[in-house]
Amino acid sequence: MDFEAVIGLEIHAELSTKSKIFCSCTTEFGKDANTHCCPVCLGLPGALPVLNKSVVDFAIKAGLALNCKINKDTYMARKNYFYPDAPKNYQITQHETPLCSEGYIEIETDEGVKRIGIQRIHIEEDAGKALHEGENSLIDFNRSGVPLIEIVTNPDMRSPKEARMFFEKLRSILLYTEVSDCKMQEGSLRCDANVSVRPKGSTEFGVKTEIKNMNSFKALEKALEYEIERQINAIKKGERIVQETRRWDEARGQTIVMRSKEEAHDYRYFPEPDMVYLKLDDEWIEDIRKTMPELPDEKKKRYIEEFGLPEYDANIITTSKELAAFFEEAVNIGGNPKTISNWIMGEVLRILNDREMEITDVKFTAKDLVKLISLVEKGTISNTIAKKVFVDMFETGKDPEKIVEEKGLVQITDEAAIREIVNKVLDENPQSVTDFKNGKTKAVGFIVGQVMKASKGKANPQMVNKLVEEELLKR
Amino acid sequence: MHYLSAHEIRDLLRKREVTAEEVTRKTLERINEVDSKVNAYLEVFEDAIEAAKEIDKKIAQGEDVKDLAGIPMAIKDNICMKGRKTTCASKILENFVSPYDATVVERLKDNGAVIVGRLNMDEFAMGSSTENSAFKKTRNPYDLERVPGGSSGGSAAAVAAGEAYYTLGSDTGGSIRQPASLCGVVGFKPTYGRVSRYGLVAFASSLDQIGPFTRDVEDAALVLNAICGKDNKDSTSVDVKVEDFTTYLNKSLKGVKVGLPKEYFGEGIDNGVKKELEKAIALLKDLDAEIKEINLPMSQYALAVYYILSSSEASSNLARFDGIRYGVRAKDFEDVVVLYVKSRSQGFGREVKRRIMLGTYALSSGYYDAYYKKALKVKTLIINEFKKAFEDVNLIISPTSPSVAFKFGEKADDPLKMYLSDICTVPVNIAGLPAVSIPAGLSDNLPVGLQIIGNYFKEGEIISLAHGIEKALSLNLRPNL
Repeated sequence: MDFEAVIGLEIHAELSTKSKIFCSCTTEFGKDANTHCCPVCLGLPGALPVLNKSVVDFAIKAGLALNCKINKDTYMARKNYFYPDAPKNYQITQHETPLCSEGYIEIETDEGVKRIGIQRIHIEEDAGKALHEGENSLIDFNRSGVPLIEIVTNPDMRSPKEARMFFEKLRSILLYTEVSDCKMQEGSLRCDANVSVRPKGSTEFGVKTEIKNMNSFKALEKALEYEIERQINAIKKGERIVQETRRWDEARGQTIVMRSKEEAHDYRYFPEPDMVYLKLDDEWIEDIRKTMPELPDEKKKRYIEEFGLPEYDANIITTSKELAAFFEEAVNIGGNPKTISNWIMGEVLRILNDREMEITDVKFTAKDLVKLISLVEKGTISNTIAKKVFVDMFETGKDPEKIVEEKGLVQITDEAAIREIVNKVLDENPQSVTDFKNGKTKAVGFIVGQVMKASKGKANPQMVNKLVEEELLKR
Repeated sequence: MHYLSAHEIRDLLRKREVTAEEVTRKTLERINEVDSKVNAYLEVFEDAIEAAKEIDKKIAQGEDVKDLAGIPMAIKDNICMKGRKTTCASKILENFVSPYDATVVERLKDNGAVIVGRLNMDEFAMGSSTENSAFKKTRNPYDLERVPGGSSGGSAAAVAAGEAYYTLGSDTGGSIRQPASLCGVVGFKPTYGRVSRYGLVAFASSLDQIGPFTRDVEDAALVLNAICGKDNKDSTSVDVKVEDFTTYLNKSLKGVKVGLPKEYFGEGIDNGVKKELEKAIALLKDLDAEIKEINLPMSQYALAVYYILSSSEASSNLARFDGIRYGVRAKDFEDVVVLYVKSRSQGFGREVKRRIMLGTYALSSGYYDAYYKKALKVKTLIINEFKKAFEDVNLIISPTSPSVAFKFGEKADDPLKMYLSDICTVPVNIAGLPAVSIPAGLSDNLPVGLQIIGNYFKEGEIISLAHGIEKALSLNLRPNL
């Protein structure tokens, strides 16, 4: 029997507001423990929460970017559970009335565009962080009260790859809108997954498990692959899937049981009595709509229509707001969009991935890239040399024209000079000449390579090709 | 001097016939003298003298000081004061020192108030006799064998015994008005949202409200002037203009429509209480007020609604007392769950545990709709009924407490009997309305309280009627201590 997976995601993103959700403490990351706290975010007796308006602004922005309905009448609720990093032993969140609902994101699957539904987005407070040091457990409350949005999808994804694509697209949108800095290593973007399997074609859902602790796109994909296989194997063996929460163990490459359904909390949600209802008007929402930037999908469409980029290129370049900005800057300076795109898709992304860097980290500018491309187009340097100049430019941030000049990399186009090198190489390689005469045309390639080498790559490749053939025929 | 009112002390200070230092010393002496009998205070701040001296300096320099400047007062021990303990009369907070001032404390300090101590209460404000304090039993100054009422029993007893010129308490279901009634003083619960709750340790957030205990109605107006008003630190505080409440004193009551809800004078109300109220109401007729019988049948459900809503909120509000960050942590625990269980089992008293269990139950899945949600619906009905009543009358009068002060232990073992002490006061909290309790007379030498309920933000109208009745009765009650 063939099985298919049913996957839904729950994503927590820390909002990039300056201050916390219910007090004026800063949200800055990485400061000394318990230095960004006050009676409110420490949950001291008598302290009361007051909602930070910009948290609502940010959440509305996320909602609009994710095509959601913005709900104008909502309220905060308490989620009750005991845990040492929760200073009040309840979390102030939203339950029955999320701020945003019924949205979607479109992803490009192999079968075409697929719409993944977003059930809801609500605002809530983050907890502190427990640190375990030997016998002792310590708690840092700097993160307590940092604003979060929780984004819950519909169970619309059918493979780990789709889940990963969704999550990547979501991250990209959140970065475009500057709603969150999405730093997964700092925990400002976190993802949990609900997954079940069922016979292909079935319309009923199987029993699901919840998977936590997936700290990268790769981890999400791997954890889901593991869990789906585990569930399918269990069903094939005639076992029952148990509704439970599991944790992804990166080192072991397995999901491990955290708690069963029976141990699940009864959160006893009820409306937060320390706060008033949150009422929005159209003006508030429209004001935020006016601040919306161009989102990846719109940008992609424009790149295809305006610049004639292939969909594949447009897709990759628009994944990152900064990369797209770099691309557009280069195009504006003056250059063939497709050539610029080729460079970005090739050399630029290759080196960024190798060095695990972002476009914003590089030393060279869009102008430098355009100059480099024009050096090739003018025939001053060959493509091969240009790739070397690019690495130099990446390392030092120097002007490519200067690099070419300083290193004497200007292309040799003097026919006599090239012919001289060709003849020298032919003299040194009599065997290749013999091979050629015996019909082994492969020898030509070898000779060309040797000539390029002898010219330190500077000889014009087309001329080298032509002259090698000419001189060979003469022998 | 102990039995002068705050406004009389204010006048003496302004005429420079006394100094704040003298008044404060006298108050501290008085506490020293009688509090071993009354047990109103959990802690007395001997260093309050310093604050008094500051006021004297200002007066000597000819500065204009506010009405409450230099006058000794004290606060219920669930209101946070920077650098002082706030225990809520609970073992679990026995060692908690607040790092910040409640908004009311800030406002009192800005008004030059001299805060002389922390007052006893039922643990976490849960109770009607102050017997639930983990630390001491406060006695009724009129009869030391009897309770002062609760939960703000210390606040009421201190004013009645001349141990402070006024005090602050909190009222969730009657915790200001009922002890005021039993101790023969004025106790005012403002409209929900009038006074900031920031720094008041929450019992039931949607019902709690801070208010004053005073010797007379004029003093209540002065204290309300100081503490009312929107606070940005409390989302539930309301931005309604705070008038000078003293302008409502000495008003004619001619044509004021007063409703007497039949249900509040029926079964369960002691005859002695009824008799004193009837006398006061008769005087009102002489003052040309219009007296009208009204019906508030939904009020009979208020107590049930109250115990569901207040306990539900309390079960969540009190979750933070877990021995992790502050307060008392139990010894010997093998893991965090045991730490929670032991700290909370040892730290909370019986009544607090009872309410936490009640509230946890009412909020649990499967019961939420039947209890919590239903209670919210009935709350709306109670609100609507009061709104309708206020279309016909300006104010409503009822007994504050169905009986005079009862003896220690009389109701302590029977929670239901104890809960009935609040039958006349609870509906007011459910509706979020303002109300006052003023002395109406004595029954068997024990004070009887009269409750006046007003429409939302009509504290001024309440003051006018209360002041009129106070003048007409001119009781001047004093205990024999």
